[in-house]
Amino acid sequence: MNAPLRRVAISVLVLFTLLIVNVNVIQVVRSDELRSDGRNTRVLVEEYDSERGSIVAGGTEVANSVPTDDQLTYLRQYANGPVYAPVTGYYSLVYGNAQMERAADDVLSGDDARLFTRRLADLFTGRDPAGGDVVLTLDPAVQETAMAGLEGVTGAVVALDPSTGAVLGMASTPTYDPNQLSSHEPAAIRDYAAQLDGMEIDPRLNRAINARYEPGSIFKVVVSAAALSSGQYTPDTVIPAPQELVLPGTRTALENFGGSACDPSGRQSLLEALTISCNTAFAQLGIDLGEDRVREMAEAFGIGGDPLEIPLPVSESTLGEIETDAALGVSSIGQQDVQLTPLQAAMIASAVANDGTLMSPYLVDQVRAPDLSVIDQTDPEELSEPVSADVADQLTEMMTSVVENGSGRRARIPGATVAGKTGTAENAGPDHNWFIGFAPADDPQIAVAVFVANGGGTGGDVSAPIARDVMQAYLDGQGG
Amino acid sequence: MTSGPTTDPRAAAPGAANPPKRRNTELALLGFAVLITLVAQAIVDLTVTGSLTTELATFGVWFAALWTVAHLVVRRWAPYADPLLLPAVALLVGLGLSFIHRLDLAAQQADSALSREDAPVQLVWATLGLVLFVGVLLVLRDHRLLSRFAYTLALVGLVLLAIPALLPSSLSEVNGAKIWIRVAGFSIQPGEFAKICLTVFFAAYLVDKRDVLALASRRVMGLELPRGRDLGPVLVAWGLSILVLVFERDLGSSLLLFGIFVVMLYVATERASWLLIGLGLFAGGALVAYQLFGHVQQRVDSWLDPFEYYDGSGFQVAQALFGLGTGGLFGAGLGGGRPDQVPVAKSDFIAAAVGEELGLFGLVAVIIVYLVLVERGLRTSLICRDAFGKLLAAGLSFAIAWQVFVVLGGVTGLLPLTGLTTPFLAYGGSSLVANFVLVAVLVRISDAARRPAAPTGPPKPALGDAPTEVVQT
Repeated sequence: MNAPLRRVAISVLVLFTLLIVNVNVIQVVRSDELRSDGRNTRVLVEEYDSERGSIVAGGTEVANSVPTDDQLTYLRQYANGPVYAPVTGYYSLVYGNAQMERAADDVLSGDDARLFTRRLADLFTGRDPAGGDVVLTLDPAVQETAMAGLEGVTGAVVALDPSTGAVLGMASTPTYDPNQLSSHEPAAIRDYAAQLDGMEIDPRLNRAINARYEPGSIFKVVVSAAALSSGQYTPDTVIPAPQELVLPGTRTALENFGGSACDPSGRQSLLEALTISCNTAFAQLGIDLGEDRVREMAEAFGIGGDPLEIPLPVSESTLGEIETDAALGVSSIGQQDVQLTPLQAAMIASAVANDGTLMSPYLVDQVRAPDLSVIDQTDPEELSEPVSADVADQLTEMMTSVVENGSGRRARIPGATVAGKTGTAENAGPDHNWFIGFAPADDPQIAVAVFVANGGGTGGDVSAPIARDVMQAYLDGQGG
Repeated sequence: MTSGPTTDPRAAAPGAANPPKRRNTELALLGFAVLITLVAQAIVDLTVTGSLTTELATFGVWFAALWTVAHLVVRRWAPYADPLLLPAVALLVGLGLSFIHRLDLAAQQADSALSREDAPVQLVWATLGLVLFVGVLLVLRDHRLLSRFAYTLALVGLVLLAIPALLPSSLSEVNGAKIWIRVAGFSIQPGEFAKICLTVFFAAYLVDKRDVLALASRRVMGLELPRGRDLGPVLVAWGLSILVLVFERDLGSSLLLFGIFVVMLYVATERASWLLIGLGLFAGGALVAYQLFGHVQQRVDSWLDPFEYYDGSGFQVAQALFGLGTGGLFGAGLGGGRPDQVPVAKSDFIAAAVGEELGLFGLVAVIIVYLVLVERGLRTSLICRDAFGKLLAAGLSFAIAWQVFVVLGGVTGLLPLTGLTTPFLAYGGSSLVANFVLVAVLVRISDAARRPAAPTGPPKPALGDAPTEVVQT
């Protein structure tokens, strides 16, 4: 019986080897995949065991973790949740993390390399490890005013400090309550998510950076910049501004807003054309400049450039393919396939405000260790220099005229000069309403973009007042 | 440590007439197993509760006493027994107790009102198992005695198997498997004892009939097939497993019994054709079972892709895989993981807890301890001088191997889930006690196998004298 016995012994060895190979596959090869599976709550539960860092804006915590009695040791809370939700995002047992909770997760959870020595110390001292804090650039007055201005509409506001690129406000509506997605009760979380899913427009989408829209006339600032930078134009250069423009190679006639004439003579200065937002003038100007100049200028402002991470990932803005002069004409007034994020629109205003230098937008001012010592401070960085300081001055002059004398009158602030540009963009639904601008025009402190989706009015009626309130709130806060 | 009167390690020096007994090796290894267990328990307490309790000391003394007694009994009454069998069992039982204790603490943390603790209960079961272990060694002085009771044991085994099927569900069903006898708050799984009884019967029966069964009638494609009428026994065993499957919905025991029988048949007859016939019958049975029974289909479906059935039958395996994957190479550390997220982690899925907290290294170490236990058993079988002991040792060793393979394979997604328990490691009194008896029989056989053949005169396997020997003890 010994021969079959030996074979049985070898078979047992083979069976056990199979077991060992299989656990090797599970615990080594598939380890990462299984560990990070969304349904594996082990890692998440482990995370909940330590105190997650806070998200701070203007000296107060807009997201923080508080101890609880239940199995998950800490609960994530969002003070003023709906107002900051576009930036903070949520921290959900069921749906994972979103927005800053995701983008700055390493810092907040304490995994960031910059917190390493601290964690090492925690290990030896037996102190409970805690995550670092993220201090946002947001200004609470700006953020709250922006969210209040958008109440009841679908839209977005982005406000930047033109000299640094710091994001002062980032609003997106409709909004939601991140507290309800971050509770410890999966059933309640799912219910709330189902409620959000049922809405026509998903509130969890941050429209300021993750949605693109036709910019309409605000794009004329870019075309103006291209014209002035070419050296062939000044604000006073008189350009053709016919009542209607038959697009080259087509029979389509481009009209002005409301079908009116821009000037009885059919010609007007570049400054006047921008002030009253003359479509035919800018379409012709774009065609005269040529696609290369328009595209180069758009790219210098960041359109179609490398996708930004601020650190929230920003969707790419685009000019689209411009195949013909007709398309170029329509693109020059911000229609056709031109699509910008509200952040990109704000960047255009910001670059003009900052003497032609575009600063990289950023949302995180500081990263702090749990003991509040600053372990990282963001240094403002130049992203590009789309126009010279001279051209920036000329653009400022023209945009000031828009607010003083033209379509942007409702953005005027008592005691401060405002520069801006309105936009009313045609799309499948009612028109989108835009306003970009900055103030004070002579010493810009804040640049904004206001977008109202399908507002139905004009940029000047609907969006300019919101921009005015936001800018005023900031200037008041600065003691200006 | 006092030593038994028959033990003098130097008597086992090379060149002496007696082969080494290796009892001191066993003692040292047992000490090592006890030490590992106590360290594991201390780490669990420190990690989970942050303090050590006096209960740990009580446990330590009790646990060490168990194996001291076991060792002394083996030293006195089975001095030539294989020195690795007992330490391997001690390590597995100790690790099992540590993990059950760890899961007790997790359950208490989740629900502070919960005061139920399973680890002390398991320790009581281990103690009872040890009493039976000692009892078997004292009463059963020669394993060949068992062959006399082969048919009695077969009957006992069948009755044990049949009881849960005949009892009303309220007294026999837990989680859908009708494999229990539930009386007075205790749950007994008679199948674990039936496994041993039937293995003894198989061994005795096959030794008796192996010449007939080894007869070949014709060759087909290079295989010598047995005569048609000799197929009887294998068909009966097969039918029995099918009955178990149908009436008790117990995939595990069914697979286990049939596997043991076929392998023993192969060892006894040295005919590979039996393996093929067994495999064919198994495949046929499996196919029919899959077609007919919803619970078998469910098991297979959730085995093929546990994640697709995550919200239902695949949840357990998926959670086990998450635990194993999260544990990775080194594990989360004792008390550092969340093994309580896997349903019934204490019994069926304790291997997942081991893998999660001790990592790949810990789990593979446990598998290798099983391998050592099984291969020492098979080695006993190889050197055993009588056919019955040889076949019995082979059957019992393979039973452990097959059960470990089927259970761990199920937990790690290699095989469909069967609902067998992990021998020695898992929570469950019946399984623990039965496996202690199984090891006692193995120890007894290995003592006989390693005992020098001649010096004390040839005690013939005179079966007629056997009852006298029993009375002497």
